[in-house]
Amino acid sequence: MSPRHARHKLDESGARFPDAPLEGPLLEVDDVKTSFVTPTGTAKAVDGVSFTLERGRTLGIVGESGSGKTVLSRSIMGLLPKRNIVREGSVIFEGREISKLRPSEMRAYWGAQMAMIFQDPMTSLNPVMKVGRQITESLLYHLDISRSYARELAEALMGSVRIPEPAKRLNEYPHQLSGGMRQRVSIAIALACGPKLLFADEPTTALDVTVQAQVLDLLQTQQRERFMSVVLVTHDLGVVAGRADEIAVMYAGRIVEKAPTRTLFHEMRMPYTEALVHSIPKIDDPSHTRLDTIPGRPPSLVNPPPGCKFAPRCRYVQDKCRDEEPPLIPGSTPGHEFRCWFPVGTPQGQAALERNEREAALGATAATAATAEPTAVAATDSSPGQGS
Amino acid sequence: MTFLGDSSAAQVETALWEAGPAGKAAKKRLGVGAWIALGWIVLVAGSALLAPILPLKDPQAQNVDLARQGIGKAGSILGGDSNGRDMLSRLAFGARSSLTVAVGSILLGLVIGGALGLIAGYYRGKIDTLISVLFDTMVSIPALVIAATMVVTLSPASTKGGGTHLNRLLVLVLAIGVVATPLLGRITRASTLAWSEREFVLAARAQGSKNRRIVFREVLPNVLPAMFSIALLGMAIAIVAEAGLALFGVGVNPPTPSWGNMIALERGSLAQYPFMVFEPAAMIFLTVLGLNYLGDVVRARFDVREGGL
Repeated sequence: MSPRHARHKLDESGARFPDAPLEGPLLEVDDVKTSFVTPTGTAKAVDGVSFTLERGRTLGIVGESGSGKTVLSRSIMGLLPKRNIVREGSVIFEGREISKLRPSEMRAYWGAQMAMIFQDPMTSLNPVMKVGRQITESLLYHLDISRSYARELAEALMGSVRIPEPAKRLNEYPHQLSGGMRQRVSIAIALACGPKLLFADEPTTALDVTVQAQVLDLLQTQQRERFMSVVLVTHDLGVVAGRADEIAVMYAGRIVEKAPTRTLFHEMRMPYTEALVHSIPKIDDPSHTRLDTIPGRPPSLVNPPPGCKFAPRCRYVQDKCRDEEPPLIPGSTPGHEFRCWFPVGTPQGQAALERNEREAALGATAATAATAEPTAVAATDSSPGQGS
Repeated sequence: MTFLGDSSAAQVETALWEAGPAGKAAKKRLGVGAWIALGWIVLVAGSALLAPILPLKDPQAQNVDLARQGIGKAGSILGGDSNGRDMLSRLAFGARSSLTVAVGSILLGLVIGGALGLIAGYYRGKIDTLISVLFDTMVSIPALVIAATMVVTLSPASTKGGGTHLNRLLVLVLAIGVVATPLLGRITRASTLAWSEREFVLAARAQGSKNRRIVFREVLPNVLPAMFSIALLGMAIAIVAEAGLALFGVGVNPPTPSWGNMIALERGSLAQYPFMVFEPAAMIFLTVLGLNYLGDVVRARFDVREGGL
């Protein structure tokens, strides 16, 4: 990785100072599908996801474990292994289609144009390499600069992510730093070459709550200073609530509701979003209040049930939901889309909920008949072959 | 007797290591056993290196008065062999050949096996299958058969064919190196497989690093401790392997001494003059023990460091 070589690499792709149009969205993702070929069948981890991300904006992707959030972000970056994986759909970055590029061509984008922060800073830093070295590596690779200048830049970066005594820390190994420090180092590495797009894949899940807030604030500051777009992947609605411009809720590999943050929290239409919001513990609840949970498990990704994927766990479920999959339909606010036949907060939804409650009450009165009901529900829940 | 002391010291060390936070201070130190093992290896390697300039007798000089004389007799320290050559001198020069074979062959195995193992473990897929099959094939042929056949074909015993002893030493390095390659390669591959799955490798990829850089900068430094530890154990095995080949008459060519051919030469007089066999055997025993112990220490230390992360 001599500097000369690095320059050649950049000239070839024109990636560093591109003539790409500055207007238009930074990232357009259209109908991305990613499936894993497993011995039990093809698991559709991401199944037709589309969204557009403007420059300097933040998209929050929320969903429970196995909903395809991580696979989606890695699909967009093209970081998934090649074996046993089928990728479809298009990813347009600054007007250029990148989903079909080979890894050797993607290398000009990785780090320099788009970067990723991983969940666990314990594992995303190399234990046997000094922190400074880990930052300068990608600087030296992408930028045509000298080793000593790279070191100065690394020190400045460490300072900008609020690491005290950056010069001293550069010579330390990851195990000498605390968890929060390590995640700051990961952020410094990701930001080193000034990417336009940052994927933050559960960046605070491995950290404790006070450090979480610091790291998220730091990310937000850096984003504002650098006019960077961020895709913030998390399972925690609380993390994205104050920080994302737009939130996409994922379930079983597809987006089930997407809306500007305020709209999502105030006018949610998808019962899954509602259930997620209800499952956040409230600070003014009396202590020992039972936490709201979503019963059941996410469906198998290998043999998903027909109809709405959330139907087996939904309070509003009707026969139509089990047979026909709802399309993404626009809501009243611009930018709001959701998949539901009986949306929350609409007369149809209300009617559906009341019908279900009436039936449940009827079932409860007929005590003997009631025993048959839960087993039937359990049978629909436990579909064979849980996907990854 | 010393080994008994070593092993009990080792047990104390292990106990200290496992004592948890209180044992943290002990973790930093190598321990008595490791120092003794290291000291012995340095002594043997040093005398092997410096044998020509040490005040030793000529290992080939025959002196009738010294023949079959026991330890400390006839002005010798470790006695003389049946040809009246000084045992101490022959042991030092024997260390030269034995260690050359051990270090050379393991280095060869480490370079070839290590490179193949890294490639197989990192790239996976077809190339991994190919390399793994190659390793499996090599392992499935008895090591002794491969090594002995290679020595016999590449360096025949008849000096007419130009089979000089230098040649023989090189061929031994090659033969044992070939045998060691799949073993070192498999260890490297296994370790590489594990480390390549780690998130920091993906993180390096996400920063635009090339595969070659990831292999050398991210994976190799992590795999190195395992390779080093197994190399120390491998050297011990290579010393024994050379001795084993010597018994079949395909070891280091006499009159150049090696520990193996010293045993082979004097094995007929084992009943009458046991010291002539036991002295080189003890050298092999102590050196193998020392290398094994050091290998274990290296492994344990690096395991601890990873666990502490």
